[in-house]
Amino acid sequence: MKKTHIILLVVIAIAIGGLLALSADFSTYDTIQSAREKQGKYVHLIAKLDRTAPIEYDPANNPNYLAFTATDSLGGITKVVYRNTKPTELEHSERVVLKGKMQGEVFECSEILLKCPSKYKDDKKQLEKTVEQKS
Amino acid sequence: MEFAGEHLLPGKIGHVFVLLSFVSSLLAAISYLYGTLLKQPEERNSWIRLARKLFIAHTLTVFAVFAIIFYICSNHQIEYLFAYKHTSKELEFKYLLACIWEDQSGSFLLWSIWHCIMGVFIIFRANSDEKKSWEAPVMALVALVQVFLAMMIMGVELGPVKLGNSPFMLTRNEISAPIFERADYLSMIKDGVGLNVLLRNYWMVIHPPVLFLGFASTLIPFGYAVGGLLTKRYGEWVKPALPWTIFSACMLGVGIMMGGKWAYESLSFGGYWAWDPVENASLVPWLIITGGLHTMLIFKATRHSLRASYTFILLTFLFVLYSTFLTRTGILGDTSVHAFTEAGSAMNILILSFLLFFTLISLALFVINLRKIPALHKEEETNTREFWMFIASLVFFLSSLFISFKTSLPVINKLFHTTMAPPENLEFSYNKVMVLVAVILGILSAVTQYMRYQTTPPGTILKKIALPTFIAAIVTALFAWLLPVQYYKEGAGFLAAIYAALFASVYAVVANALYIQTGLNGKWKSAGGSLAHLGFAVMIIGMIFSSGNKKVISEEKFKTVALPTSIDPLTKKEDNPAENINLIRHVPNKMGDFSVTYLKDSAGHETGRRFYNVLFERKNNSRSTQEQFILQPDVYIMKDNNMSSNPDIKSYLSYDVFTYVSYAMNPEKNTDTSQFRISELKEGDTLFYSKGWMILDSVVKNVQVNKFGITPNGPSVKACLRVHGKDGREWQAAPMITIDSMQIKQYDDTLYAENLFVQFAGVSQDQQRIKVGVKESSQLIDFVTLKAYVFPGINLVWIGLIIMTAGFVLSTIQRSRMKKWAAAAFLLITTVSMLYMFLLAH
Repeated sequence: MKKTHIILLVVIAIAIGGLLALSADFSTYDTIQSAREKQGKYVHLIAKLDRTAPIEYDPANNPNYLAFTATDSLGGITKVVYRNTKPTELEHSERVVLKGKMQGEVFECSEILLKCPSKYKDDKKQLEKTVEQKS
Repeated sequence: MEFAGEHLLPGKIGHVFVLLSFVSSLLAAISYLYGTLLKQPEERNSWIRLARKLFIAHTLTVFAVFAIIFYICSNHQIEYLFAYKHTSKELEFKYLLACIWEDQSGSFLLWSIWHCIMGVFIIFRANSDEKKSWEAPVMALVALVQVFLAMMIMGVELGPVKLGNSPFMLTRNEISAPIFERADYLSMIKDGVGLNVLLRNYWMVIHPPVLFLGFASTLIPFGYAVGGLLTKRYGEWVKPALPWTIFSACMLGVGIMMGGKWAYESLSFGGYWAWDPVENASLVPWLIITGGLHTMLIFKATRHSLRASYTFILLTFLFVLYSTFLTRTGILGDTSVHAFTEAGSAMNILILSFLLFFTLISLALFVINLRKIPALHKEEETNTREFWMFIASLVFFLSSLFISFKTSLPVINKLFHTTMAPPENLEFSYNKVMVLVAVILGILSAVTQYMRYQTTPPGTILKKIALPTFIAAIVTALFAWLLPVQYYKEGAGFLAAIYAALFASVYAVVANALYIQTGLNGKWKSAGGSLAHLGFAVMIIGMIFSSGNKKVISEEKFKTVALPTSIDPLTKKEDNPAENINLIRHVPNKMGDFSVTYLKDSAGHETGRRFYNVLFERKNNSRSTQEQFILQPDVYIMKDNNMSSNPDIKSYLSYDVFTYVSYAMNPEKNTDTSQFRISELKEGDTLFYSKGWMILDSVVKNVQVNKFGITPNGPSVKACLRVHGKDGREWQAAPMITIDSMQIKQYDDTLYAENLFVQFAGVSQDQQRIKVGVKESSQLIDFVTLKAYVFPGINLVWIGLIIMTAGFVLSTIQRSRMKKWAAAAFLLITTVSMLYMFLLAH
């Protein structure tokens, strides 16, 4: 259990190390401001849907175009375009993670993750709201 | 204040049982520890006798807690938060169980129940001194884990800290709302919130129990390994732990894939695997235990690899705890779609201490004893079976570390204050590594079996593997020619890697099949290992084809008008393939080989559930329909116009057609405000509307047959109109009017394709002309947005899984010395039920 093992271990360690290095193509979490500075670079934004601005979605005309406005906790604000169907519960999300690239003034989004209260029933505040609605 | 209508008794009894279960598990753990560590055998045995009684009492309390929760849920006693959060009266009975595992504390309870069942099984099978000497340490560990699990659901306040979340909390104590100030609040809240709609799928009744059995069963080999360290029997634990290890790998594998099948059938991300952190968290222990299983086999045959076996078996359970930590503390929040949310920081600390406690004691024991664990110190040959098996185990382990590292990004971010996020192409970042893992494992599992332990005579190997290698090469070449993998997205290098993996998997199938034939002379009893390898390889082949050749058929380019793919002016990239298609009611659309028509929608049993009947027709060259089928994807439309979508799947032997609704209108919101415009026409007259014109062909009196299938009781008049669209299409419209016992009824005709309502409005004053009403809806009348995929070869994934399971079960049986009839029944039941669930039930 000696030489050969050690040799092979080293070989495999190098192979995996190399692959790890290859796959270390991580992106980053950014604010709207810092994303704007990284034009065209793939980032994650943690933001909120701006409810005062209209959500632009006309499925009959084009089901693959959604546009809305997002804000973040540092006061950044941007228009977001998502070329896909509107995720259900977007209006009710408390927080959204937007994955995509800043192109000029517009955030071209390729994926939206929603923090939805209804999926997260353990959230007490939401349950309180539900009770109010039902009663 | 007295609250009307509350049932407080079950909660009080339940709480007492929770406390009893905590105390009994603690006492059982202590007694079993004495039963392990004391010097005198008589003393040990008397402690073990006591411990058994305590553990059985503990088991009864756990079952009692479960029964009470079930009682509360099935009676919809929504004064309890558990029932309020998870049940609702419309829910079908079978989903009451799913309600229990949907809850954080309910799933801890499920986990706990499996430990109890396995513990009782171990107690009843320990009929010899040898077995008892293992029972004590293993059960000490089981009872210790049960202490932590009991704490998770205890809900006892110790000063400012609340220990765990009780399943018997009252709604009015946990939620602050003015309504709970009233004594009669229960008469005002009619129903609970109900089970998350995504979980209303029969897989959700069966998948969590099986997966949790997989998680729970990793504790038994862990108990044996720690027991080996505690009692200084460093090598002896491997033999009794082996059947449990195989069983655990089997259950974990099946549980994970059941989750995949659920995701495939009820989530709309279009697949069975997405490298989601929650999926990864359960895959990682499977990879490690599979590695450990192989090193244990090596140890049994050659005395090599004992330390590796310890490492893998200890880490398997620790990674189960780690995955609990990842999925239940909310730390994955931003990266996963389906983790539990955090249940308060006190709970998070409890879960973290659960993880740290077992990590510290097991690793400390391992490190202290490391030098005493025997290892063979002789040069190892490279042409032996154990050498390459060890390499395979190592590859399993390293791939698990790779996945675990990538999944742990949020933890790393938290520890080191970094802001790393998953890469843009998440799937590919895993696949490019895992495809190489598949290549190595495929080839190793094909070749290694033909070698012998200790030493293999030189030259024999090449002779033995020549035939399978040749066949595999031919088969792969045939695949490349007849059924090529068309995954060009990631370039030629990756495609080559896919073909290498395809070859390796075909190689593994062929070599293992031949090995059962020639190496084992068709002895099925000992073919478990080869069968499991074969199944695993078939599964990989299925994955390669279903993922590599998965095709979106609702794409823009398949529509009637072929649009050239253009460069998006904004992103300077090729246009995002618009993968969704709008189907207007009754208007056929082309999707791949199919002509697809949305026929109608209908309401389901549950409020807000709507089914959409979509007709798929495949036409041959002469334009006659070759075959047709109707898919019924459905959505839950909630009050607030949000929805959740369930796919529907048509399964063929070689491929699946998979479709789901990606957008649907809420029919209640779609009220039409436009009015009929009345014109007077005589036969031959033309009437224009915005998108074309119509000609009144004839007026027919007293019609017997009409397109509505209504036989009028009295006089009736029908107008026959030919409608011409501007785009050259033609339709017939036949509105009708009937006079039925002095009551006039109008039957409007609807042309969904043109958004047009046509009405027979009456007869003109001079009786020469008829009045035709035309309404063009300003709103869309009815359409649905669909996404559809074709998954080729997906059945191979499920068939491979079934074969692999049969292989695992066969090995478990062979190594646990079961009675013949029990073994046969076990094998038959697992295989048949798997076949039914995965292939026939849909």
